[in-house]
Amino acid sequence: MQIKKNIAISDTGFVFDPGNGESFSVNPIGLEILKSLKDGRTDSEIKKIIVSKYQVDDDSVEKDFYDFTKMLETLKLTESESKKD
Amino acid sequence: MNRRKINVAITGLNNVDSPGPGIPVIRGLLDSKEFDVRIIGLSYDALEPGIYMHDLVSKSYQIPLPSTGIKTVFERIKQINEIEKIDVLIPNFDAELFNFIKMGEQLENELNIKTFLPTSHQFEERHKSNLNAFGDKYGIKVPKSKMIYSVNEIPMLFTEFTYPLVVKGKFYDASIAYNQEQAIAAFSKIATKWGLPIIIQQFTYGTEVNVTAIGDGEGNTIGAVPMRKTFITDKGKAWAGITLQDENLLNIATTMIKNSKWKGPCELEMIKTNEGEYYLIEINPRFPAWVYLAVGAGQNHPEALLKMALGEKVEPFTNHDIGKMFIRYSYDMICDLKEFEKISTMGEL
Repeated sequence: MQIKKNIAISDTGFVFDPGNGESFSVNPIGLEILKSLKDGRTDSEIKKIIVSKYQVDDDSVEKDFYDFTKMLETLKLTESESKKD
Repeated sequence: MNRRKINVAITGLNNVDSPGPGIPVIRGLLDSKEFDVRIIGLSYDALEPGIYMHDLVSKSYQIPLPSTGIKTVFERIKQINEIEKIDVLIPNFDAELFNFIKMGEQLENELNIKTFLPTSHQFEERHKSNLNAFGDKYGIKVPKSKMIYSVNEIPMLFTEFTYPLVVKGKFYDASIAYNQEQAIAAFSKIATKWGLPIIIQQFTYGTEVNVTAIGDGEGNTIGAVPMRKTFITDKGKAWAGITLQDENLLNIATTMIKNSKWKGPCELEMIKTNEGEYYLIEINPRFPAWVYLAVGAGQNHPEALLKMALGEKVEPFTNHDIGKMFIRYSYDMICDLKEFEKISTMGEL
């Protein structure tokens, strides 16, 4: 999954899409995932990092990661869903 | 740097909940680093707030309503000009533009007052009732529209349109109708206020995005800033908005200005569908009330217009700040009855 190149992500977790003016807030874990995606890490790399850094099992990360990235798609923050923009 | 002194007459001082563009245009002019602008306000009603904003408007004069005709309006402008020596006049209401476009040459030749307005042809061509033809001519998608003159035409609309529809007045006002009864109610309400015809437009689902732009009349876009409303009043007016990075939208605006050789300010109101398609729903042949956002985003369109009106060459703006926001607010001014009395009885303040 790729985050749109023009999405602005601040260190406070404020996310701004300049294409449509929408803005969102994410928590620290969400921010970490977004930044990792923007840095070009793959989904499996990011899930591995989360499991190694935090006290959480694989299944929970798998489920939450899926939910989070689906939400990113729904909000049109990803390249795959925004090619027509 | 010595700023050049200049007298500019401005209409649209009705800075109310559905504001005219006058005050934002004035703020842009007063921000100018090149001009020391003295603002002469032209008002139609003694309660237009701009009349009482003495830090923005140096002197205000009542002028006759556009419906009184070109000759009456011209005579009043002539009278005001004898006192104020107006250099440039910037009208900001749709309903008065026809008069000012028609008297543009006369204003310049007889009173030495300059304007920078669309031509009569451009003004008529982009009219709501001609928008489909305008879209076809300039390659811009426009929702299907039709003019109607009688409420009796509404029952047969289902043969050409699918509800919901947008019912629009010829100058202002619009309502969404989800069925025939709502369309009839909207027709009556809008026709009573703004007259006929009424424009029926197919409702388009998506996000409304707007562009404020200015053309030099030779096909060049001098400035263009796209915006999305982030807070909308019950009248559908922007109470807050944010500048966008949207090359497609800017391309539509620059193409329209290039092909039509648009002269002066304009606002393009568009719908961006979920599929990423853009539909033009309206072109306003004047600055929008949110034009000060363009100034805040680095493009002072009112100042650029002033220079073009004076016959000076203006280099096009090449970028704007993205993510710049405006948030409108209301503010109760305390005014002296003497001032209201003076503008009401003497026609000036």
